[in-house]
Amino acid sequence: MTNIITTRDFKSNAKEALANKTLQKALTHVEAGFIGKRRLAMEALPEFDQLRDNARDIKNHTLANLDAYLEEYEEKVVASGGKVHWAADGEEACNQILDICRNVGARTVTKGKSMIAEEIGINDFLEKNDIEPVETDLGEYIIQLRGETPSHIIAPAVHVLKEQVEEDFRRVHDHLPVSRNLEEPESLLDEARKVLRAKFLNADVGITGANFLIAETGTSVIVTNEGNGDLTQIVPKVHIVLASIEKVTPTLDDVSQILRVLARSATGQEISVYTTFSTGPKRQGDVDGPEEYHVIILDNGRSNMIGSEFQDMLRCIRCGSCMNHCPVYHAVGGHAYGWVYPGPMGAVLTPSLMGVKDGGQLPNASTFCGRCEAVCPMRIPLPKMMRHWREREFEKHLNPASQRWGLNFWAFFAKRPRLYHLATSLGIPLLSLFGRRKGYFKYLPLASGWTKYRDLPAPETRTFQQQWAQREALKQGGAK
Amino acid sequence: MAPKVALFITCLVDLFRPKIGFAAIKLLEDAGCEISVPVAQTCCGQPAYNSGDRADTEAIAKQVIKTFEDHDYVVAPSGSCAAMIKIHYPELFKDDADWQRRAVALSKKTFELTSFLTDVLEVEQIDTHLEQKVTYHDSCAGLRELGIAGQPRKLLASVDGLVMEEMKDSDVCCGFGGTFCVKYSDISNAIVSKKADTINTSGADLLLAGDLGCLMNMAGKLKRQGSKTKVRHVAEVLAGMSDGPAIAEAKK
Amino acid sequence: MTSRDAILGRINTTLNRASEKSARQQAVKARLSKHPKGTIPARARLDKKAQLKLFCDQAEKVQTSIRRVKSYNGVPKAIADYLRDHNLPAGFCMGEDERLQNLPWEKARALEIKTGPSDGEDAVGVSHAFGGIAETGTLLLVSGKDNPTTINFLPETHVVVVRSRDIDGDYESLWSRLRKEYGTGKLPRTVNWITGPSRSGDIQQTILLGAHGPRSLHVIVVDA
Repeated sequence: MTNIITTRDFKSNAKEALANKTLQKALTHVEAGFIGKRRLAMEALPEFDQLRDNARDIKNHTLANLDAYLEEYEEKVVASGGKVHWAADGEEACNQILDICRNVGARTVTKGKSMIAEEIGINDFLEKNDIEPVETDLGEYIIQLRGETPSHIIAPAVHVLKEQVEEDFRRVHDHLPVSRNLEEPESLLDEARKVLRAKFLNADVGITGANFLIAETGTSVIVTNEGNGDLTQIVPKVHIVLASIEKVTPTLDDVSQILRVLARSATGQEISVYTTFSTGPKRQGDVDGPEEYHVIILDNGRSNMIGSEFQDMLRCIRCGSCMNHCPVYHAVGGHAYGWVYPGPMGAVLTPSLMGVKDGGQLPNASTFCGRCEAVCPMRIPLPKMMRHWREREFEKHLNPASQRWGLNFWAFFAKRPRLYHLATSLGIPLLSLFGRRKGYFKYLPLASGWTKYRDLPAPETRTFQQQWAQREALKQGGAK
Repeated sequence: MAPKVALFITCLVDLFRPKIGFAAIKLLEDAGCEISVPVAQTCCGQPAYNSGDRADTEAIAKQVIKTFEDHDYVVAPSGSCAAMIKIHYPELFKDDADWQRRAVALSKKTFELTSFLTDVLEVEQIDTHLEQKVTYHDSCAGLRELGIAGQPRKLLASVDGLVMEEMKDSDVCCGFGGTFCVKYSDISNAIVSKKADTINTSGADLLLAGDLGCLMNMAGKLKRQGSKTKVRHVAEVLAGMSDGPAIAEAKK
Repeated sequence: MTSRDAILGRINTTLNRASEKSARQQAVKARLSKHPKGTIPARARLDKKAQLKLFCDQAEKVQTSIRRVKSYNGVPKAIADYLRDHNLPAGFCMGEDERLQNLPWEKARALEIKTGPSDGEDAVGVSHAFGGIAETGTLLLVSGKDNPTTINFLPETHVVVVRSRDIDGDYESLWSRLRKEYGTGKLPRTVNWITGPSRSGDIQQTILLGAHGPRSLHVIVVDA
């Protein structure tokens, strides 16, 4: 699998995605599978909005004291026998993981779902170093077989139809009888379970992400439904936790507040099936569990977001609710966004991590409909931050010249009411005249972006201001 | 004493559909307001604001503040323009105490039309008649920034003969998004096509909304598809001005 | 400079603009020692009896099956019944938990019991929970030789015994109990919250049970 970044090609990616019938069919499952369930879960908990406020406040407090919390957390991990590694960027994190694997002579590594693992491209890196990474989350496993990247942060294979999964399983699991029935999702799941069970039992190292790192106890938390994350971290001799700096959260109670909004916002469950709190390696007397426990704390650009207008983005708990409710995501899916993080959260985070020059397309691709912010459990003002990115882009003259020219032309008039009314009182009646016969234009020079797909309603007659001025003049005349 | 209301006409209504402005004035005058329409208005600045052009946005916002701040109320027949003034102007001037104060003062007296009628003037019902099945699209900014959803429906419910046929996902974006619809026309088209489907399956003869941008987008799509559904601003219906050509319709 | 120093240094420099490091350290210590509770949903604030009912209802909603028995002595038969009713082999593995080991197993039909962690060969695993959370029908299990964590995940069927008095309304109550038991700032190696059997929605968002963990989760509530 190669991680080619195509964020700059968002527009052409989107066009391809819109023309891809299989993808379009698969994308209907996003709206059908998430939105209604979230609403029901939310309605069943009257305190939901209060918990959202609490969750936001907890993260804000943590970010305002982040250095102190990270130090506390590290101290607790060490006290429980774990080891903490700090990684400034993806390359450093990859090398730290490789060193840990080599130390125990690892050949196979199982992996729980982790977006940060995608961010740093650990799978590619391990393969190049002759270590086999095995994704164990069903969705991640499917896309690993397909050589793809996730298209959704909690449903990585949401772009794939079951018929495609069947094809992939037949191609890769070629030791199994050809005659087996794989038509239904049940049989596909059974087969994945059997194949992966063997991998779990033979893995040397397990890598998981973390939904939270708890400063109170030095604990890492993962949230899953399949149980794959647990088998990844409980069976092998070594457990590596890969987490970014903003995952640290003060206490067990604080984490419980946020957990109450996480699953409800993500899948519409009240809580995920498995929420697992891991603290250090196997203890004296334990009969299972890993002998080594490592935490990689990754920065990769995040510390620069502290104190910036993008700091609020560090509250994100990766529930995926923003993309589940995004009309643009529904239309083009996750791959069009060109990197690891799609949808509204990706539109803000991607330029934060890779720079506005490469990621600037994404925050532009939003109607600012605000549904993402309305459903965000952490109350992240996503549209506002997308607008901030547009401002950065504008300041740096990175948006296309034609756009800037058009904007300047418009703004020149908008700032000069007299001139504006003069120009519009000449232009609008003329346009109205041309459009009068049909009431709309099928094509209009300079408006082809509009008329390519829809007709342009013609102006009624003269401008409102013209008509109003006339009405007022008549009134005045009448009064005299 | 009659409340003095300045109409923020909005650039699209000014240019494309003055009728909405006159409908708004009728509704406000019927409710006992004294209306003025300041000449020195052009646009609320959203095109610049959403394109990242902060300097022009601020210049336009100052112009709007100066023009409107002396009135009792400012009313716009658009949720998105009203939200721009009400929500975003104060944010624009976070670092400028004097302008911030003026922006906040203006924000407090600025309203979207249907919200002003119901929430401020406490209009309970409208005395007009329209025998049609209508469906209502919740434009995004009005819905999510100003909480406008119940107000237009309440007023519409009082229109004699009118039957409301709610479409599925009325709160989902129509794909307009200002400059978005031309910058990302392919995606915008996918979104508005879906919207047109839900409008068509609602069984309504008439689509209503409170924002002309969204209305032009949906009307343009419906027209291109050859749909028979007519499109109007909610103020037209409430003011009893549903005669004459609908949006994107030829004059008879 | 190490990456640790670089990362913490950068954060430190930015945060110093708003507050002093010592003030931040104090704020952190205060929160960690006070661990304020936040909002506890009203549905969790019930008397013991109502909590137990809520626990059972919520668990059943997420496909956990429940059996209530009057005393520990009823557990062996309840397990034997469950295995027979579901055509499962008459045997299982479990840890060294005395509350399980000391049960009158001989009273039930012949059950083959293996003591120790699961190696993936066991069809059924039996654990004793630390507690239950009524709010969401969640079990809380802690690792150790008494109840090895592998038993929670490797067998296809997981049977969990929980005492009714260990069922509380909310997560926070169980954190309080754990703090008392293990000391403040400390946890067992693994704490598992388990809410229903394993599932996945990764193929076309269709929810299916039994992804990697147990396909069935059976809870025996002992009125004790």
